[in-house]
Amino acid sequence: MPDRELMYRDGLREALEEEMARDETIFILGEGIAERGGSYKVTEGLLEKYGAGRVRDTPIAEAGMIGVGVGAAIAGARPIIEILYVDFAMLGMEMIVNQAAKFRLMTGGSGRVPFIMRTQGGTGGGVAAQHSQSLEALFYHIPGLKVVMPSTPYDAKGLLKYALRQDDPVIFLEHKHLYMTKGMVPEEEYIIEFGKADIKREGTDVTLIAWSNMVPRTLEAAEELAKQGISAEVIDPRTLSPLDTDTILKSVAKTNRVVIVQEAVRRGGVASDIASIIQEELFYELDAPVQIVAGLNTPIPFNLELEKASVPQKDDVVEAVKTVLHDTNQLAAE
Amino acid sequence: MVKAKKGKNARSEELLKKIFTTAYKIRVFETEGIKLYRRGLIRGYFHPYLGQEGIATGVCAALKEGDFIASTHRGHGHCIAKGADVGRMVAELLQKETGYCRGFGGSMHIADISEGNLGANGIVGAGTPLGVGAALANQIKGNDAVTVTFSSDGAANNGTLLESLNLAAIWNLNFILVIENNQYAVSTTIGESTRETDLYKRGEAIGVPSFQVDGNDPLAVHDLTEKAAEMCRKGEGPVLIEAVTYRHTGHHVNDPGAYMPEDKKKYYAERDPVDRARAALIEMTDLSQKDVQAIEEDIAKEFEDAVAAAESAGEVTVEEFHKFVANY
Repeated sequence: MPDRELMYRDGLREALEEEMARDETIFILGEGIAERGGSYKVTEGLLEKYGAGRVRDTPIAEAGMIGVGVGAAIAGARPIIEILYVDFAMLGMEMIVNQAAKFRLMTGGSGRVPFIMRTQGGTGGGVAAQHSQSLEALFYHIPGLKVVMPSTPYDAKGLLKYALRQDDPVIFLEHKHLYMTKGMVPEEEYIIEFGKADIKREGTDVTLIAWSNMVPRTLEAAEELAKQGISAEVIDPRTLSPLDTDTILKSVAKTNRVVIVQEAVRRGGVASDIASIIQEELFYELDAPVQIVAGLNTPIPFNLELEKASVPQKDDVVEAVKTVLHDTNQLAAE
Repeated sequence: MVKAKKGKNARSEELLKKIFTTAYKIRVFETEGIKLYRRGLIRGYFHPYLGQEGIATGVCAALKEGDFIASTHRGHGHCIAKGADVGRMVAELLQKETGYCRGFGGSMHIADISEGNLGANGIVGAGTPLGVGAALANQIKGNDAVTVTFSSDGAANNGTLLESLNLAAIWNLNFILVIENNQYAVSTTIGESTRETDLYKRGEAIGVPSFQVDGNDPLAVHDLTEKAAEMCRKGEGPVLIEAVTYRHTGHHVNDPGAYMPEDKKKYYAERDPVDRARAALIEMTDLSQKDVQAIEEDIAKEFEDAVAAAESAGEVTVEEFHKFVANY
């Protein structure tokens, strides 16, 4: 069967449609997700297909609905809680951090929590400080959670399908800029297991690590670098927890130079942790210090130029690559 | 002596025996558990349910197989009333591998999903959304199971109560919220915590049938829960029950409860739920004082055996722990 070109949001919808047909305990709660089909049309048509019992609109009560989702998961159902913005998930952090993430350990392994929170983050055209955050580090920090950040329609579909077949709480972070992006998705069934990075572009001079909306941006930078004779490898971990360190380290061992690109603020970010893993494992293989291109340590301002200045742009990535190459040249000259 | 067992308030011997046995088992577990704590055998926190036994006992006696409960940090009584094995509970408190959570959870996290116990909880108020979630899962699975969340006056001023009870209401879930009003949030009195101290009114405000009951009267609690469960199974849920009670002790074993006035303690001691369960059993059945004593001795023996077994049981090794968390 041929591949088709689908939008990211359609890949997500196909995953939900297929998995809900397979497993009757899967249900979705969210604000405006039933008749309206969700703000990004991911759940469009699911109400008609699966009924009001399994596709339910909720009041604006994130702590309550996340908690109810966690309870339903503990009791043996498979809830998907759609939270409009990851910023709003902060209202339900108690249930995610203290309940969902800890239940398996607290019960000595007998209790499982197949809970999925789907939400989206990132900057996107002036929606300002409370609707623009990239908060993956908060979830990454909590043992017991899986953190998934797909960058393509193919990955979004395959990862969401896998999320619905495993038994741990999953924070599924989409990006508001990606819903309308397109990519090839096969007709036939497939899943993508967690903890398997994808090499989005092969290269030999430098390893670029990026996830979510930083992947297309980093690929643009790689394209520009190619024109200048620099061969960049772009790795998308796809899931931050679990993290496929093997694929990352293999690439770095080959290129000896690394730039990590994250939209989230620099301080306490996932990029810093990946950098620490790389230096710990491959310190003597590195030809330059690991570079991190990250968001400024700031809430996102409304003004579009300031918003743009708050998060990494293509040129920032290109410049960072030049830095790691330049450092190498300097060392060689000494 | 002919007893008034055919009277208006008579209940079956089976039920009365179950209620007394459960209430007494909780009393022994807590009383003896505190001694183990003092001996250093139990570490961490221990929140005794002493004085509140009538609520868990009455509620769970009205539940059916397949029903669920969610509990609190003061959860030993709920677990026992839901039918938990005392041996595995003691083993958990002694951090042994044979415990309900293999020693990973302790007093505040005993759970047994296979028996419908969603678990005790270290976060006050968390049980309400979790219980509503279980009720939703059962609705989606299409069964008629009822879920009870045991909550408290302390949790009644937490926002998740409104959010999740409201969800239960708009979806007509088989959910019963039991607010155990023991009149203290740790040491802060109910009067300091809220202007409206009749907590059942919180349910009425959002269209949930709500009732208040004497929490120290296990039979009254049982009857009201039976009615609430029936309402749920007829599609008239959720239901809120406020059960008014009082602790025998402070918040936990290391809190002497100096802020609890003597006259109030005396008032509730005279209405002790275990004494009332015992009196009901003797008054309404043919069982003699001696028969009841035999039940008490059996329970005491069960606890002693549980401690002996737990003391000789092993603990999870650090190597096993590392294996357990490998995919974290």
